[in-house]
Amino acid sequence: MLSSRGQGFKPYLFLAPALVLFATFSVIPFYMLTKTSLFEWDGISTTKQFVGLANYVNVIFHDRVFWRSFGQALYITGLALTFQNALALLLAIAVNRKLPGASIYRTLFFLPPILSEIVVGLIWFWIYDGNFGIFNAILKEMGLGAWTRSWLADPKTALTAVAIIHMWKGFGWGFVMFLAGLQTIPEELYEAARVDGANAWFRFRHITIPLLIPVFVVVSILTILGTMQIFALIIATTNGGPGYHTEVPITRIFFSMLGTSRFGYACTQGIVFGLILLTVSLLQMRFQRRST
Amino acid sequence: MRQEQSMTAGGVRVTLFLQRGRQWLGYLGWHVLCLPVAASCVFPLVWMFSSSLKTQQTVFTDYSLIPTHAHFGNYAKAWMQGRFGIYFLNSLCYTFVVVIGVVSLAALAAYAFSRFTFRGSGLLYKLLLSTMLIPIPGSFVALYIWLNQLNLIDQGAGTWLPRLGYILPQINGGLPFGIFILKPFFDKIPKELEESAKVDGAGVLAVFWHIMLPLARPALGVVALLTSLSAWNEFLLAYLVFSRHELMPLQRGLLAFHGAHLTEYPLLMAGMVISIVPIVIVYLVMQRNIIQGITAGALKG
Repeated sequence: MLSSRGQGFKPYLFLAPALVLFATFSVIPFYMLTKTSLFEWDGISTTKQFVGLANYVNVIFHDRVFWRSFGQALYITGLALTFQNALALLLAIAVNRKLPGASIYRTLFFLPPILSEIVVGLIWFWIYDGNFGIFNAILKEMGLGAWTRSWLADPKTALTAVAIIHMWKGFGWGFVMFLAGLQTIPEELYEAARVDGANAWFRFRHITIPLLIPVFVVVSILTILGTMQIFALIIATTNGGPGYHTEVPITRIFFSMLGTSRFGYACTQGIVFGLILLTVSLLQMRFQRRST
Repeated sequence: MRQEQSMTAGGVRVTLFLQRGRQWLGYLGWHVLCLPVAASCVFPLVWMFSSSLKTQQTVFTDYSLIPTHAHFGNYAKAWMQGRFGIYFLNSLCYTFVVVIGVVSLAALAAYAFSRFTFRGSGLLYKLLLSTMLIPIPGSFVALYIWLNQLNLIDQGAGTWLPRLGYILPQINGGLPFGIFILKPFFDKIPKELEESAKVDGAGVLAVFWHIMLPLARPALGVVALLTSLSAWNEFLLAYLVFSRHELMPLQRGLLAFHGAHLTEYPLLMAGMVISIVPIVIVYLVMQRNIIQGITAGALKG
């Protein structure tokens, strides 16, 4: 380490540009977020009305649409945690077997994650279309014409339809992480177990699963944080509709701000939602401290 | 003796054959799982491309993947009338500047964290990285208010201020990840290299520029790659900042086009193809680095 005397202001010189940006676009907005949450403000007028914690009381106890949107995000998260991640793990195991074509599979499975949510949303908007969508065309072809509907406009199917798009776009993340995890498990462990007569299920249950637990934790946390904050995909497909059926917390915050022009209230919704997500992040840090 | 040998060889061959057979059966099971998923990953893109070559009428009736008449003119129309040319150039410019900004500022900061100890360095490092772990979902509301006060929101006049309003917060947003990847990399570069350069009379900046940066090229590449992916796909900030089409990047432009011309599907599809071509090419060429960067970032963090 260089002596702390001779370096003087040099480290600050190196850090200055990053710190100026951090102060301007992270620290100050964070301060404004907390401050504005105590006001009722339409975003335009020069006067803001101080309302104390009234926004917090309203969000927590009276905002049924907000909590409904929270529940809907939880529903998508639940599907993603189970179906999406189970699929990701299975596919990772398959590709890890070095079956012929494995590298092509790996390339294709990570294609949806590199596309933008807007592009993915707009493609699927068209796939799900009630009149001209390919999804209904396939159903008709299969003799299931009675099932056809406008998938994103039907209150019964809209939320699950959105969840399917989200999972389609997201499973590649879990896939590459599980694959990276599997590749760190030494082949000798499996060999030894095979010599001892352990069958495939036993090897999976007692070697693969335990050694993948750190990866499970990371993938689960990333799935939870990513899915709970789903936003652009909703804007590109349903815009929260029909009714409130596909609203999620971030669309609520967004509409509080640009729809009803309640800037203070939008900040409060953001903080309340952020505090809930914070507990998830803290759990992650705790898990990781334990595993290292 | 000879006969015995050939018999065991035959036995080996038979068991080998059986093993191969079992292996192929096992493979078959995995292919049954993988093939439909892989097809589902490609099909929407292929279909998007095929729809982009159809006409307003055939796109609603003709479900074939290879249209009988390919209307490549749709691309010219999307580029000019659909304004996707402008959106494309804007995206290119924003992504370029954001990547340059993130890579250079993150490298400077990571070098400071790696090589100097100074008052509050540990705390500052943790504070910067915590923004990666702790989500602040309402921050875009406050950012919008603040950008508005700074005059960095598009109000229908002036081009450079709103462009800055779009670029600077993104550079700031990319810094923690950049520092997080670069600092451990700098830590691993032996200090003797710098010491000897200093003995030769090189200043701190010269050492940084001529020795550290070239050595850190692989890590800088990862940061540049992942930053360019997220900058190219950015949407929310673009929605908040821009109101004029001539300033919008692709993601914002796509949604604007979708909202204004709900039925012009071939042109929308052409616009989407235009928007994904660069990113798909970068992905196909650099996929190993991208995937390694992502898994390293997530699993180390």
